[in-house]
Amino acid sequence: MSIKIENLTKYYGTQAAVNDISFEINTGEIVGFLGPNGAGKSTTMKMITTYLTPSSGKIYVNDLETEENSMDVRKKIGYLPEQNPLYLDMNVLDYLEYAAALESVPKSEINKAIKKMVDICGLGDVQHKDIGELSKGFKQRVGLAQAMIHEPEVLILDEPTSGLDPNQIIEIRKLIRHLGKEKTLVLSTHILGEVEATCDRVLIINKGEIVADGTPDSLQDKFKGQVTISLIVKKDSVDKDIILRGISSVKNIDKVRILKEDDNSINFHITGLKGSDAREDLFRKIVSMNSVLLGLHQEETSLEDIFRQLTTSKSKKEA
Amino acid sequence: MKNILTIFRKELKSYFNSPVAYIVLVVFLVITGWFFTSSLFLSGVVTMRNVFDIIPFIFLFFIPAISMRTLSEEKKSGTIELLLTKPVSDLDIVLGKFLAALALTCIALAFTLIYVISLTFIGKIDTGAIIGSYIGLIFMSGIYISIGIFASSLTENQVVAFIISFLIVFALFLLNKVLMFLPAGIASILEYISIDYHFSNIARGVIDSRDLIYYLSGITIFVLLTKTSLEKRRWS
Repeated sequence: MSIKIENLTKYYGTQAAVNDISFEINTGEIVGFLGPNGAGKSTTMKMITTYLTPSSGKIYVNDLETEENSMDVRKKIGYLPEQNPLYLDMNVLDYLEYAAALESVPKSEINKAIKKMVDICGLGDVQHKDIGELSKGFKQRVGLAQAMIHEPEVLILDEPTSGLDPNQIIEIRKLIRHLGKEKTLVLSTHILGEVEATCDRVLIINKGEIVADGTPDSLQDKFKGQVTISLIVKKDSVDKDIILRGISSVKNIDKVRILKEDDNSINFHITGLKGSDAREDLFRKIVSMNSVLLGLHQEETSLEDIFRQLTTSKSKKEA
Repeated sequence: MKNILTIFRKELKSYFNSPVAYIVLVVFLVITGWFFTSSLFLSGVVTMRNVFDIIPFIFLFFIPAISMRTLSEEKKSGTIELLLTKPVSDLDIVLGKFLAALALTCIALAFTLIYVISLTFIGKIDTGAIIGSYIGLIFMSGIYISIGIFASSLTENQVVAFIISFLIVFALFLLNKVLMFLPAGIASILEYISIDYHFSNIARGVIDSRDLIYYLSGITIFVLLTKTSLEKRRWS
């Protein structure tokens, strides 16, 4: 077991940023914390890295309790904080040397460690530049290099791709996947694609609580609820109420509403029962009513839908 | 110890990587230079007295200026989070930064040795008082710096840090000057707290353990306050 969290709670004042969460992360796993901004992802990470102290609950990193063994835990963790803070007036090599020395990399191995990180993170061309002069993508690489300079067993990355352009995001993700092969890796994000692209396992966090836990595929299966169908008919002589009633009478249909209506067409939003496929029946029904079918499309529940379902319904309930 | 040294080296280097060190050194030398040459050439007296009298005043501004960024800048840029999650104790961080600022001050003071050396060619100098004054100034800057770093740990705004540390330092400095308005009982307590009082003792060339204890305990108090202020984040 690489990381074990038991009943972790953190209050800021009277507000619980993290509320009684427990989970375990196995060695070698790539886990993504997914959640809207302010869900408690960063707070959880800050507690794992010993930057913050939990209000209650325990965290174990490689079976070491973080409060009692703060220094030993820190040695095992490589951390890239949110916004990737860096000393902008230092040059890349000096900074990596400073990071290595603080991580107590033996003096004789510092140069080797720096060279390795420069190679892995592709910093060769910019190693003599000041960090402040680098583009955001390179800064992110410096942040990653700094986090890994002491070859930690656990790597914690808080929003590693935020603020990057699409090309840089792909490069950083590739780098993360490459690194994740040997390490336990925890990353947080509010971008869904990121989780699907990089993680073995997803923890969806909302309002300080874990609302879902599993592989991206298993979550999709588990939350595969009702199917949604978008249906467009030509606006003509047939009255829309008749069509509406007609659709409702089709087998496996739960709810129908008009999504959009313009001069030429009407767009219906249909919710079908779990695991059903009503497309054929719908087609026949529309034809039997002498209306003209312009479009018919059924959507699978995506991770995005699950995310939205889990993170918005909850907050509505509380409000 | 190794960590203190690592932080010390990085901090000292960053003073000289930015214009801060150079501006502060130049201003310091211009002002002390004026007081040195004016006593030498205008009054024709071979003495360091005027220089040693003015340095505590310059330090009132000089030291808050070099210590204001130590922690507030890290707080503002977020690098404090990196630093505090490395296997380095909070005390090591504070001490590393303290020693770097002290080293910069000592470099500034070392330049004034040129005045002393040139005086030895012209006339007889009071060696004891001069050595005492340098020791006194180093301890005095130590206490100023510990106050400056403490102020810097309170805020992420460097200007606010400067003003807070200036106010504390100025108050401690001024105590000695307002004693005459106070009743004797309170006056003797305030006199003991005053930075300037202890400095004038040492500057006479008398190095008394009471004065050194005053300075060392002052430094310790503010270093520990800074450490506590850094730890506060974990509980807030």
